[in-house]
This record gives sequence, C-alpha cells and structure tokens, in this order.
Amino acid sequence: MSRNEAAIATAAGPGWLNRVVIYGLLLIFAAVYLTPLFVMLATSFKSLDEIRGGDILALPRDPTIEPWLKAWGSACIGVTCEGIKGYFWNSLRMVVPAVLISTMLGALNGYVLTKWRFRGHKIVFGLMLFACFIPFQSVLIPMARVLGTLGLSNSITGLVLVHVVYGLGFTTLFFRNYYEAFPTELIHSAQMDGAGFFTIFRRILLPSSAPIIVVCVIYQFTNIWNDFLFGVSFAAGESAPMTVALNNLVSSSTGVKEYNVDMAAAVIAALPTLIVYVLAGRYFMRGLMAGAVKG
Amino acid sequence: MAFIEIDRLERSIGGNHILKGIDVALEKGGFLVLVGPSGCGKSTLLNAIAGLQPPTAGDIRIDGQSVLALHPSKRDIAMVFQSYALYPNMTVAQNIGFPLEMSGTPKAQREDEIRAVGKTLQIEHLLDRRPGQLSGGQRQRVAMARALVRKPRLFLFDEPLSNLDAKLRVEVRAEIKRLHQQTGATIIYVTHDQIEAMTLATQIVVMKDGVIQQSGTPAEIYNRPANMFVADFMGSPAMNMLPGQVAGDGRHMAPDAAPDRLLPLPFALRVGRRIVFGIRSENISAEGNGVEALDLPVEIVEPTGSDVFVWLRLGSAHLSARLPATSDPQLNENLRITMDISRAVIFDGESRERIDGAGH
Repeated sequence: MSRNEAAIATAAGPGWLNRVVIYGLLLIFAAVYLTPLFVMLATSFKSLDEIRGGDILALPRDPTIEPWLKAWGSACIGVTCEGIKGYFWNSLRMVVPAVLISTMLGALNGYVLTKWRFRGHKIVFGLMLFACFIPFQSVLIPMARVLGTLGLSNSITGLVLVHVVYGLGFTTLFFRNYYEAFPTELIHSAQMDGAGFFTIFRRILLPSSAPIIVVCVIYQFTNIWNDFLFGVSFAAGESAPMTVALNNLVSSSTGVKEYNVDMAAAVIAALPTLIVYVLAGRYFMRGLMAGAVKG
Repeated sequence: MAFIEIDRLERSIGGNHILKGIDVALEKGGFLVLVGPSGCGKSTLLNAIAGLQPPTAGDIRIDGQSVLALHPSKRDIAMVFQSYALYPNMTVAQNIGFPLEMSGTPKAQREDEIRAVGKTLQIEHLLDRRPGQLSGGQRQRVAMARALVRKPRLFLFDEPLSNLDAKLRVEVRAEIKRLHQQTGATIIYVTHDQIEAMTLATQIVVMKDGVIQQSGTPAEIYNRPANMFVADFMGSPAMNMLPGQVAGDGRHMAPDAAPDRLLPLPFALRVGRRIVFGIRSENISAEGNGVEALDLPVEIVEPTGSDVFVWLRLGSAHLSARLPATSDPQLNENLRITMDISRAVIFDGESRERIDGAGH
C-alpha cells in the first residue's frame, strides 16, 4: 500500500470498503435508470394474459413479437388502424431536413459571426442566443399565425420550418464557439489565395468541423425527434409526428388497454435517438469538450 | 517612381492610432524589412498592404496603381503567415496547389508547378503528407512553397521565423536570402528580430508606435542611427549610451556617470549642451595606448567563442566592449581601452535625435 492509499484508508476506512460503496452506489443508480427500460422491453414481448397475471419485473415466459407487429402495422390511432409506421415516417421526414437545414445554417451563421464580422455582430448573436431561452409555449400562437399565413399549417413542411427557426439559436451558438477558436490566419491566407466566401467555408472550414457537426446533429436530432408540443400544436392528424401518434395510441381508450403494444410503440419511438447516440456518442462528448475548452 | 509606394498611410481603431502616416518606397527586387518592438504597427502595415485590414487614410500603390480598392486576391500578393496558416485538411501538394486551383490553372500544369516548387524547397518527399505530420521547419517550407508557386509580384512575410528554434531559424533565414537572390522577388518582411533585419534586408524600416523612426540600408541604420531608439534597438549588445554635458574646449564630454573622465567627441559642440554619447561595443578596443585611453575595471566577462564581451564600469555606468577571442581580460582588474571616436554617434540630450558635426 502506498503512502497515499494508506492515508486515504486511515481517513475513510479500508480501501476495499470505498470500492464497495462506490460500485454499490453506481449499481443502484444504474438500476434506477435501467429498470423502466427493462420493464418496457419485457412487457413489449409478453402477451396480454401474462401481463395481467404476472409480475411486472419478470422476464416474458413465452416471448412474442406480436405486439411489435401490431404497434407498427395495425394498432388503432384515432379512427385509423394502421399502426404507427406512417407517423414514424412523418417524424423521419420532419427530422432529417430540419436537422440538416438548421445545422448548415448554424454553421454558416457561426462562420459569418466569427470570420466576417460586421458592425453589430454582437447584438445579432445576442439576439440569436436569446432565442434559446424563449419557452416553447410562448411562441405557439404567433407561430401558428405565421404558419397559417404561409399556408403551412398542419403540414410536415411547417414543422420543419418551426424546428429550423427554433433550433437556429442553438446551432449558431455551437458553431460560433467552435469557429471562434479557428485560426483567422487560415481565412486570410485562403482569401489571398483567391478563395471566395463560400469556397473558404466549403474547402477550409467545413472539413475541420466534424466534431461540432456531430454535436449539432445529435442535439438537434434528439430535440426534434422527441418534440411533442410543436408536433401536437401544428401538425395534428395525418401529418403528426411519432411522439403525437404515440400519445394518441396510448390514450385511445377503445376496449382493452394493450400495454404490450404501447410499450413496443414507445420503444420504436425511442429507437432512432438511441441509435444516433450509440453511433456518434463518442464524438458528441469530444465535440462538447472541444467547444467548451476553446470557446 | 518606385515599384511599391506607401503614401501617408494611417490606420486607427476606435481613436487608437496604430499607423500615423507611413511613407515607404521600395524598388522592384528589393527586400524591405519592417522592424520594431511588438505593438509598433508593423504587422498592421503588412496587413494593410495585403488588403486584410484596410487603412483609414493614405494610399498604397504597386507599379503605379493604387491597390486599395482591390480585394486581397486581386492584388497579386502572396503572404507567408507567422503560424504558416496551412490548411489542415489538405495534403502538402493540395496546400501548395490551392492558389493555383483558385486561379483556375489546369490540373496537369498545377502538378508540374507543385513538383517544381517542391524541388526548389526540397519538400518533394513530403507532398502527400498532411501539415499535422510535419515539423516546424517543414511547415515553414510548405508555406513558402505555397507563396512561391503563385509567382506574385510581391511577397509578404509576417515574422516567419519566430516559431522555429534557434538553429533552424538561421538555416531558414539563409534559405529565404537565397530564394530572394535566385528569384529576384520583391519582398516585404516583418520581424522584431534586428539580426534578421540586418542579414536579410536591402532596406530597413524601423518603426515605433506607428511612426517610422528611420528608413535606410542596413549599414546606414547601423552606423548612422537617426535617433536613440534606433541606435538602441539595432545591434546586439545594444549601443553603449552615456548621457553627459559638452565640456572644456567643446570637443570633450563629461559623462554624468563619471564627470571627471572626459570623453573626446568626434566634432566640436557648444559647451554646456546636453548630449548622449553613443558607441558600439566593437568600436571599443583593448589595443592602442594614446592619450585618450581609459583604464576601466572589468565587471563581467562573456566569452562567446568567436569574441569576448567585456562589461566595464565607468563611474556609475557600464560599457560593453567586444574584444577578440584571444584576449584574456581579468575580472575586477583594470583594462586599458581606446574608443574609435570617428565611429561614435552623438545624440541631442532633449530631442534624442542624432547630431551631425556641422553647424553646432
């Protein structure tokens, strides 16, 4: 035992006890967070009879994928009984353009706000930051008016617009902080070499922006995918996103409550964000750190 | 009319005057070094020439034409930045080829030119690497290659050697000099290192606080500094400066540090006038035995291998003398020295400007 460890041991009991306490606590918290997921997954593979009769924490005795198929293809949402698949595609059709557009615009804003400074650039950035702190609820009615005027009410295009506008503050913040640390000499050099505004952006800046693009995409993807309020306010019915459909599915009270179908639908709804995190999570942490330290 | 003409150039940011009326003229093929302490405005001047920071007044003409209205890319100027500014996501070859690509040079020709310039700078074997995989000296060469490949009418260098270690700095310095001699390019070069300025320049401009202190050939700047700032800034060790008063017959000075040790002056001045007597360490020798010889105690001995620098005490002041390596001065003992008075420089005590012999 080194002197350091000995000192710790005398101050807080023997070393192994510390380990036990630390790992014990970690296990408890992991269990707290993982239990709901486990219950969801387990329930989604059980038959209704088993759910009614059995223990909520038990593994399915007789696993079935029937609830998953039903949730995807034939569960009743409102008056139509075609499952959530249509709404899943709605969500994808909303989230992909919204994420791409808001990320690209954020990058462009960050580029201009750091490398092509104009008079009042601080005020412009301040106002955009301010947008991050406006509660969703307070823009609902003005936004509805705007969408109505543009003829985009109850459409996926309208939702894309809403999410792009609302996400712009965040993406601009991400990119501005990242580009702030990007050497301006490189921009000057490219300018002297004859590169224009967009060439510099495309050839010099964007290729060096992978970490912050990943951060932006993950952040925007999760936020937009999980959004319920804008979805339920601006796109009811046929063009509703996944989250709204899930809510309708669960709250439809026709006949028996099908917990297994609800759970399967919920897992399907959560799956894309989960996949994005698993695939890009490593870069997410790295990008956040880079931004935090340099910004 | 000179090739490059900078005419009463001014720049101020928010009431801060960075450049206060700069006038510079440079002939084609000249090597102009802008030198001065940090914050003197030399980099601002360079950026103004490049077009990266527009001046608030004045004009810059190249080949008789004002370039102020031209975008940096249209001025036909290449610049080597202090940080080298290599594009991190491109290979060395792509970096060098970037300006050619931007000007629409066909790919085959581009590759030929990249290879040719790579050969000149001995970086052919690095063409496929990325800047992150290069050493400082190699990055420096790539940055120079990227400037060279454009064959611009003017090169700008912004402290290009300041990120290199001492040995490499000397090497690259020689390389830049060789390139200048080979290509006959016109170069404006910014540095705070007076040795770089002396070794490279055909013309030196010494700046301080946004004002040109002196402009001239390295020899002029070194031997006939316009004022005490230039005399002190150029040369290492700095010129010995002794403030004092003209005494006796007007051909001697009584230094404040030791009023009884009269120093001879190169020309006569009004008795009682406040002056500063300046002499470089190499103009003090331990030889000769004339009436003007001084016996001064040795305080510090600094052998450099090629020379020995000796610090001598004169009353409350110090003098540095550069002696041949063969001399063997003894610490704390008196050393008999003579000064080459014809090389001494006299400054006015108030204005701190150099005084010439006639009319005083």
